[in-house]
Amino acid sequence: MSQDHDDHHHDGGLHDGHHHEHGSSHKHGSDLSEMQLRVRALETVLTEKGYVDPAALDLIIEAYETRIGPHNGARAIARAWADLSFKRTLLDDATAAVASLGVTGRVGDHLVAVENTPQVHNMVVCTLCSCYPWEVLGLPPTWYKSAPYRSRAVIDPRGVLADFGVTLPASTDIRVWDSTAETRFMVVPLRPAGTEGWSEQKLAQLVTRDCMIGTGVAKSVAALAAEVAP
Amino acid sequence: MNGIHDMGGMHGFGPVAPEANEPVFHSDWEARVLALNRAMGYARLWNIDMSRAAIEVLAPEIYLTRSYYQKWLLRLEQLLLDRGLLEADEIAAGHARLPGKPLPRKLNVADVAAVLTRGSYGRAPSAPARFKAGDRVRTRNINPLTHTRLPRYARGHVGTIECVRGCHVFPDSAAIDTGENPQWLYTLVFAGRELWGEGSDPNLKVSIEAFEPYLEAI
Repeated sequence: MSQDHDDHHHDGGLHDGHHHEHGSSHKHGSDLSEMQLRVRALETVLTEKGYVDPAALDLIIEAYETRIGPHNGARAIARAWADLSFKRTLLDDATAAVASLGVTGRVGDHLVAVENTPQVHNMVVCTLCSCYPWEVLGLPPTWYKSAPYRSRAVIDPRGVLADFGVTLPASTDIRVWDSTAETRFMVVPLRPAGTEGWSEQKLAQLVTRDCMIGTGVAKSVAALAAEVAP
Repeated sequence: MNGIHDMGGMHGFGPVAPEANEPVFHSDWEARVLALNRAMGYARLWNIDMSRAAIEVLAPEIYLTRSYYQKWLLRLEQLLLDRGLLEADEIAAGHARLPGKPLPRKLNVADVAAVLTRGSYGRAPSAPARFKAGDRVRTRNINPLTHTRLPRYARGHVGTIECVRGCHVFPDSAAIDTGENPQWLYTLVFAGRELWGEGSDPNLKVSIEAFEPYLEAI
């Protein structure tokens, strides 16, 4: 548990381990500024040496804050649900299929889409670091990069699903994909019941980031209605 | 290396704790660290495998107690220091004391799209693939002191080749600067009980992406 807690600290000094003990109540504010100052110092040195252009850094950040996120993957999933031939293309060559949607600029090679069925549920992890399909899902959430997820997904995926409030029948096969090379995986979740005839735009609203990682399932029609209602 | 980063199957880290409506970045410095890493990665001073290895060699107590982007900052500083591109006193002072050295290439505004797309790691094969889908193979029991992408939990176990992914840059070689040494890459599936024993969920299967040198015929 302590590691989990530490993983959610996004401040904190880098080298003095004593600052990371639990209960050091004064650390938050002072260490936050320490990190800000330290990163600013490095950026200044690199800029003065001519190694980086701060304007290029701004553009990278802007892309991840505004354009590259799970909405890109959701578009592909909604299209796959609505269009069987697109689904076949997606499962056959996800890089080409997602690129054809034109939602996210260029798509890197080696993207692989894996399909959930009533019999098989897929879950994606990177036990060695935090490999993740950035172009379709954006930057990974903190939990995906955390020790609890990376350690348990391969040995106790049902326990991990329970942490997300998801329970599958014991008879459902669970397939965990450890991203140990440059292949990147996204899950094609089961299409929720009661969505026959829905537009792709409406279907995309059912597709969550977590259901494309495999730690969730797509929203139900009732859950979406409850969100939309005041 | 058998480092703390190789976490698959470990116990004791507690439950996964998703954060509702998690922001893309939790503070501005995280965003700057990400962008600095991407920009300097573009410079071709090191490859992705070297940069992963640079995180793996962090001391375990540092690895476990620093956040993701804190580790990225430590990694970037170390890679730059190791290559003599800056000096520790310059980081401490927050200003360059010495002029910069020439980079193989520099990320300019016009090239940003290139760092937003992952590189391609497929390479032309020098020999046919040794295995095909359906083959049963055993992973080797290797324990290199340097970078590898064969996790400990998957060593010395029998699995089934599910898919041949093509011939890819071999991380174990690229990380130690001995060339790309392209190798065939396979999706290799294990039964949960093969990895975790009798107590495993009987309906669990786990796959890794396995390079051919990790595998032996049975």
